[in-house]
Amino acid sequence: MITFDKTTKTYEGGVTAVDGVDFTVEKGNIVVLLGPSGCGKTTLLRMVNRLETISDGKITIDGEDSMSLDQIALRRKIGYVIQSNGLFPNMTIEENVMIVPDLLGWKKKEKRERFNKLMEMIGLSGEKFGKRYPHELSGGQQQRIGVIRALAADPPVMLMDEPFGALDPIIREKIQDEFLQIQREVKKTILFVSHDIDEAIKMADKIVLLRGGEVMQYDTPSEMLVRPKNEFVREFFGKDRAIKSLSLHTIQDLQEVIGLANMDETISDTITINVNHDLRNTLSMLLNQEADQVIVIDDEGNKLGAITIDIVQKYLHFEIKAKPTLVQKG
Amino acid sequence: MNKKKVMSLVVSFFVYGIVAVFFIWAISNSYFDYIFSQSSTFLYLLKQHMQLVLVSSLLAVGVALPVGILVTRRSFRRAEWLVSNTVNLGQTIPSLAVLALMISILGIGFKTAVFALFIYSLLPMYRNTVAGIDSIDENLIDAARGMGMKPIQILFRIELPNASYSILAGIRTAVVLNIGTAALAYVVGGGGLGVWIFTGIQLFDNGYLISGAIPVTLLAIFVDYLLRLLERKIVPKGSKPPQET
Repeated sequence: MITFDKTTKTYEGGVTAVDGVDFTVEKGNIVVLLGPSGCGKTTLLRMVNRLETISDGKITIDGEDSMSLDQIALRRKIGYVIQSNGLFPNMTIEENVMIVPDLLGWKKKEKRERFNKLMEMIGLSGEKFGKRYPHELSGGQQQRIGVIRALAADPPVMLMDEPFGALDPIIREKIQDEFLQIQREVKKTILFVSHDIDEAIKMADKIVLLRGGEVMQYDTPSEMLVRPKNEFVREFFGKDRAIKSLSLHTIQDLQEVIGLANMDETISDTITINVNHDLRNTLSMLLNQEADQVIVIDDEGNKLGAITIDIVQKYLHFEIKAKPTLVQKG
Repeated sequence: MNKKKVMSLVVSFFVYGIVAVFFIWAISNSYFDYIFSQSSTFLYLLKQHMQLVLVSSLLAVGVALPVGILVTRRSFRRAEWLVSNTVNLGQTIPSLAVLALMISILGIGFKTAVFALFIYSLLPMYRNTVAGIDSIDENLIDAARGMGMKPIQILFRIELPNASYSILAGIRTAVVLNIGTAALAYVVGGGGLGVWIFTGIQLFDNGYLISGAIPVTLLAIFVDYLLRLLERKIVPKGSKPPQET
């Protein structure tokens, strides 16, 4: 758990980068710091492991004031991933991943076991890649190594500064999925900086939207999309925020609430779609009109029903926009 | 075979040809005879020459490296221009002038020669140390700090290994230059193979001239080769420039 308590950063000369920020990252959650360039999101992140000093207010990590801890010890307890992966070119992959365990004085055997386990998590062979050097790997592989390096000593808290920002869209999506899969297993408390709205919606349990060092809104992605607190939030997420909010729901959600359409056996031109697909991609597929009928199937391949644009629209209208169940905060 | 390859073949044949012709000319005129007829003097001068180079180079490494590391530390950054300009000054004065200046301070002899050579070696070593450390991606240092490495660990595990190529190249340049410049030590009574070279010049004796100059050249080439081997051993595999791997 990370708690920001009136956290403020003022540079010499009076520029305020972070202005009285208050929020809590719950244990096991991913909170995404989102905002335009220069909004203070990276500064705020770097204040957690004290790469930036705190001018005023405080940050507590699992109940402990970050200033009360030794700076070096504090950093070793916090995983840190940066955009340009930060792998050291002079060290092999194994040496890179095992830096923090090494600093903490782990035994050789422990390190080897941990390394192989971490490599397994990202689907790479520890045997095959351990002795290689970073420049021999692809960008996507390097970034994955950067992520498991941060996980190496099993820190409860992780800081990620646009970790997937430098990757091409296809690889990025793949690694995001892979990371969410890992997160379901390891359940770290994660603070994640991004300027990509889609990424934020996908990764976040909650989003902190910042502007000029101030928090504009702190909410779940769906709340933010459906009920933006002010004009800035509304504009930031754009005119297509209704569509964006669809990416938070799957066909399964829709089926549970309003059910699917009946299948028309007479139409022969059909394609199938998995029930776990998100509604945004489903809608895109429907709009592409690749076939006359789209049939929803489950993991076993059983046909559950058909899906149409009308049904998605109905779901959007009644379930997402008008849902009164979520209490608005503030 | 492409044009480039043909050209490089032609050029290397040409160069080797000139070298071969030179040696045939020199040997047929028995210009190398002094090396054998006065072999004890030759070996003494060679040893002296190597001592001049070794002592002055070691001193320069011992000063340039720590100073280069020091000025790249955050808290000493501001001192960099001062140090760089001071070191530059040492380089801009002509080597003969450095020698002459040193005579007025240290008198003549081995010490003076070593000191002048030392001053002359500082710049390439210092420059390359600073450039090597400066060229390291800021993000690497940020990542290292963020993971909880102490400054001393960052220096020895990240900065120096990744700057080693540049640092060693600086040392190699300085030492090779030094071998040539050490021939001037004769002027201040520092000995070395310069004794034969200058004797050759003064007596118009090609035999002395060549028996002094060629060993100096070969020594420089040999040491350059040795230091390249050392580089290959020391520089970590991952941080070598791509064309070298």
